[in-house]
Amino acid sequence: MAESRREKGWKHHLIVVTLIVITIIYMIPLFYIVNTSFRPWKDIKQYPPKLIYQPSIGSYIRIFTARSVLAPGVELSDEEKAGLNWAGRIVLRDTNERITRLGDLPKRYLNSIIISVSATLITVIMGTMTAYGFSRFKVPGAGNWLFFILSTRMLPPVVVVIPIFLMYRTIGLNDSRLGLILLYTAFNVSFAVWVLKGFIDEIPREYEEAAMVDGYTRWEVFRKVVLPQSVTGIAATAVFVFIFSWNEYAFSFLLTRKTAQTVPAWLPYQMGVLGYDWGAAAAGSVLFLLPAMILTILLRKHLVRGISFGAIRK
Amino acid sequence: MKKNRKSGSGKPPRLANSMKETNFVRICILPTIILLILINIVPLLSSLRYSFTEYTARKLTVPGENPLFIGNENYINLLTDPSVWERFTTTARYVILSVGGEMILGFSFALLLQTKFKGRGIIQTLLVLPMTMSPVIVGLMWKLFLDPNWGMFNYLLGLGRVDWAQDPNINLYAIVMADIWMWTPFVMLLSLAGLSAVPQSLYEAAEVDRASGWFKFTRITLPMVSPLLMIALIFRVMEAFKVFDLPMGITGTGAAAPPLISIKLYKDTFLTWKTGYGSALGYIVLLIVVAITSIFVKYLNKAKQED
Repeated sequence: MAESRREKGWKHHLIVVTLIVITIIYMIPLFYIVNTSFRPWKDIKQYPPKLIYQPSIGSYIRIFTARSVLAPGVELSDEEKAGLNWAGRIVLRDTNERITRLGDLPKRYLNSIIISVSATLITVIMGTMTAYGFSRFKVPGAGNWLFFILSTRMLPPVVVVIPIFLMYRTIGLNDSRLGLILLYTAFNVSFAVWVLKGFIDEIPREYEEAAMVDGYTRWEVFRKVVLPQSVTGIAATAVFVFIFSWNEYAFSFLLTRKTAQTVPAWLPYQMGVLGYDWGAAAAGSVLFLLPAMILTILLRKHLVRGISFGAIRK
Repeated sequence: MKKNRKSGSGKPPRLANSMKETNFVRICILPTIILLILINIVPLLSSLRYSFTEYTARKLTVPGENPLFIGNENYINLLTDPSVWERFTTTARYVILSVGGEMILGFSFALLLQTKFKGRGIIQTLLVLPMTMSPVIVGLMWKLFLDPNWGMFNYLLGLGRVDWAQDPNINLYAIVMADIWMWTPFVMLLSLAGLSAVPQSLYEAAEVDRASGWFKFTRITLPMVSPLLMIALIFRVMEAFKVFDLPMGITGTGAAAPPLISIKLYKDTFLTWKTGYGSALGYIVLLIVVAITSIFVKYLNKAKQED
């Protein structure tokens, strides 16, 4: 017996070590992009890649700014140099450029935030109501409706985007935030209905019936009894929908140009005068991935439920 | 999975019992249905129409210019064009390699993660991170990681200057790698959920019968987890078949880009503006996605009934 227990201990340690090694290997690409984002300009395109260096925020300044290269031979006078702020000095030292204005990143980032937050709000409101309707009432053909709702999510974006592009062009929604908000709502509401129906199904109906007996209307019951009890489910669903909208690329890339473009549709195409600026791209990626990563960590207990469209409840 | 709490206290949904309630249900459900019809069904119907026409959507000033009806010519052209078949076989290879890798790795990770130890939660959370990242940014990240001139991938593996993103012989595998990296956690999570639902008593009974580890794995673990593995498989096959973001991030649409269906579809409709032709190809893709889904769902239901 004692022997087998010792053997178990040995196996246990082997598994733990294997998992730690796997996790480290798994994190390398992520580590590499963070690492690249803090590398000084002269080290970014070095081979073999340098791992130890003096970290610099030059790449972050470059992703936030638009700059113009100084003509060869032109040097700034000492007076002009003295007039530069800290960011200007770093840019001048790194790439011999001058900052001309704030870059496009803040605008794209703001678009991402506005579009994702609005789409999330509308999706969750519509999703909660639809889920409640399907959960509590016999809707004629409910199974078919639910299947229809889910099937719309399976459509490949590239297939629907052509007619949507034409439709939007006719009604003037191309390259508009509203256009993307509507699309993201439509593509996520199916997900929201399925997941939320699972959550609402779990709420016992006795409270609602008691409230009805007390003279509440259906609408009051929904607002005062059902909503407070489904807060967790609604919050988890909202986080999922936000992440989906935040990450969406195909529709934004194909339907927006300047006004409504979001970060994913913009970041991969930043060719500067000096060629593709990998440092800036890495910095932009880190800034863009961070919110979704934080939300994922907050969401970890509900992840399985979300990715199985509410099928698995634990 | 775990003891499904049934809806409410087991009561089935009931009929709305008054005019007021009927209206309430309508208000609940109709906006969603209308939005889905407007944004999904209407466009699909109009693209079905385009697929039977010779039409280009390029002329920005004359929207809705009369498309020329040409019957099923687009479809005949598509189905007899060998380059279209190449797209399908490439995509099939992509799906098999990436989803296969994800299923094997994801399930293995889940088996390892069944061991309880301090820090297990942290490891699980870290491993899950790639799944919720933006695929196009993941593609961009891998493009940088795999860069032949300064990327770390070749350096770490001592491969020399292999151009993963632009060499047409291997860039499909670059996308496969990124896909596996990104979506293995998905399979892992679903497998973990399946594994945690296997009743411990089954293993104990097998222990009494001195069953081998292999027997326990093939007769208890696998059958109990397979419904969830099937769910993972369905979603992954469907998503991998439609893959667009990752290749756009890694290889872009250049001449060297692998002939994946969605990339070609994008080129046909937005770069060469063959809208009619593109819609026809889109419809073929759509039918395949629907067919795969229904086959798998059938299989899934069967697996569930055998439980």
